Amino acid sequence: MSNGYGLDTGRIDLDLIAQMIAPESRVLDVGCGDGDLLALLRSQKDIDGRGVELSQEGVNASVARGLAVVQGDADTDLSNYPDDAFDYVILSQTIQATRNPKAVLREMKRIGRHVIVSFPNFGNWRVRLKLLFTGRMPETRSLGYSWYDTPNIHLCTVLDFASLCDELGLEIEDALIVTRNKARRISNPGIFANLFANDAVFLLSRNT
Amino acid sequence: MNTIDKAAGASDAKGSGSTEFEEGGIRVRRASMTFGPDEPLALDSGVNLSPFTITYETYGTLNAAKSNVVLICHALTGDQYAASTHPLSGKPGWWAHMVGPGRPIDTNRFFVICQNVIGGCMGTTGPRDIDPATGRPYGLSFPVITVGDMVRAQAMLLDRLGIHDLFCVIGGSMGGMQVLQWAAAYPERVFSAIPIATAARHSAQNIAFHEVGRQAIMADPEWKQGAYLSHGTNPAKGLAVARMAAHITYLSEPALHRKFGRNLQDRDAITYGFDADFQIESYLRHQGSTFVDRFDANSYLYITRAMDYFDLADDFGGVLANAFRGTTSRFCVVSFTSDWLFPTSDNRQIVHALNAVAANVSFVEIKTDKGHDAFLLDEPEMFTTLRGFIDSAARTRGLAG
Repeated sequence: MSNGYGLDTGRIDLDLIAQMIAPESRVLDVGCGDGDLLALLRSQKDIDGRGVELSQEGVNASVARGLAVVQGDADTDLSNYPDDAFDYVILSQTIQATRNPKAVLREMKRIGRHVIVSFPNFGNWRVRLKLLFTGRMPETRSLGYSWYDTPNIHLCTVLDFASLCDELGLEIEDALIVTRNKARRISNPGIFANLFANDAVFLLSRNT
Repeated sequence: MNTIDKAAGASDAKGSGSTEFEEGGIRVRRASMTFGPDEPLALDSGVNLSPFTITYETYGTLNAAKSNVVLICHALTGDQYAASTHPLSGKPGWWAHMVGPGRPIDTNRFFVICQNVIGGCMGTTGPRDIDPATGRPYGLSFPVITVGDMVRAQAMLLDRLGIHDLFCVIGGSMGGMQVLQWAAAYPERVFSAIPIATAARHSAQNIAFHEVGRQAIMADPEWKQGAYLSHGTNPAKGLAVARMAAHITYLSEPALHRKFGRNLQDRDAITYGFDADFQIESYLRHQGSTFVDRFDANSYLYITRAMDYFDLADDFGGVLANAFRGTTSRFCVVSFTSDWLFPTSDNRQIVHALNAVAANVSFVEIKTDKGHDAFLLDEPEMFTTLRGFIDSAARTRGLAG
């Protein structure tokens, strides 16, 4: 689950996620790639971090940095973690590449008190215009793949994601959208955010 | 501590002593230590084994804080000669790729210890040694030993050497079982643990393979109910067949195909007979015949049994996670895609148990077609992973690079 989605907003994404995390908490990064986020959180927030990563290269790179990372798959391996094992479970730019995003989110909700998800917004106006005017599957800066070789099999819009959270009983504690490399906080994901966000970062918790 | 008195009743040439030499840039020390009647080994079977001797090797230098100790646990047919030339076969150490100056287990940096397991036949007390009660070789009167007993004996040697903390315990296959046992039995002594190509319990399939090997030994008329040393015989044929059968399980079908295919051995056509027509047959016969020169048939019975009995969860109420509850050790579990003896699923069970207790665990599955034996071979990805893990653990432990 390496972050090979052609995203060059990756760094901003990591910083935004880091801002959401309380110091000295227990964090699981699902699809942790080379461990960039975990390393950032370790140095900035002194967290106790764990990672799950599909690629051997990513696992090796992470382990070499002294991070505790297991080779595994978001779709199949989260079920092995006990309930409430972590303060935060993070899925950074990975949900669109999972086979069953709903099941993955449900597992994350079970094992983490908070869930953080960042993803590219397929509702962005550029994406819409590309499809409208060219009649071809959009390839954008955030989504630089042809339809036939993309790992992004479950793309969604900000509104789509918000409604799935609602269905799963996940409350939106905080939401940030990234437009042209600038991040802004939104109080409620509405049509405006859905149109202008390149990427979105959601901090979620169980509504009890 | 090298010249402790030979314990009363200790067998033949055994005792405590050591020799030191330099090989391949490694400071090697070959030593043995005998534990007398006042220090029996309390076995899981309830028997107290006494006296007993442990033979071991060390590489490198113990630092002043005694914080740089790496314990290597060997596999079923391994021995203490991990990185030095084997005195019987003349071959390089079985883990020479892994252990040495600049290797992942860097002998310039770490003080490495590898002990022959209890029940073994390379100097540590085993069934071929003299039973002080009878004056004859133990044979089948040697008590059945377990992986737990192996580890208990190792801990006794370390205690005697004044070593408490282990920076790292590492081993593959049965060596990995010992690593898990160490982590469960002595968590406070283990800073990092690297179980490779192993399982927390021996599978039914693996017990079955072991039973085939044991029956091959016992069916050899020269085995003499285990008393072949007293009879002056040697069940070499049975042991060779056991080794041949086992060796197949260490490889993989693709690796066998790549290496041998259906190639004929030194001939142009099949002979319509039972000679070793095929290269694979010749190879297996060679593996069998060289093995008997360095291994004792009864040791093979005892050590395979110890593996069969291994079920770590069983000692912890049937819940493997309980074996690791509260552990502060950091773990790195490694498996190989083509290993069907200790498949990735077995290794993952260890990872799941460690995750369940929020342990610090890394896990990597190495892509290779070399089967179970991959842990002994030149596998660059394995070295990369382990080098990264060991180096970062060493930094955390404050061991200079």
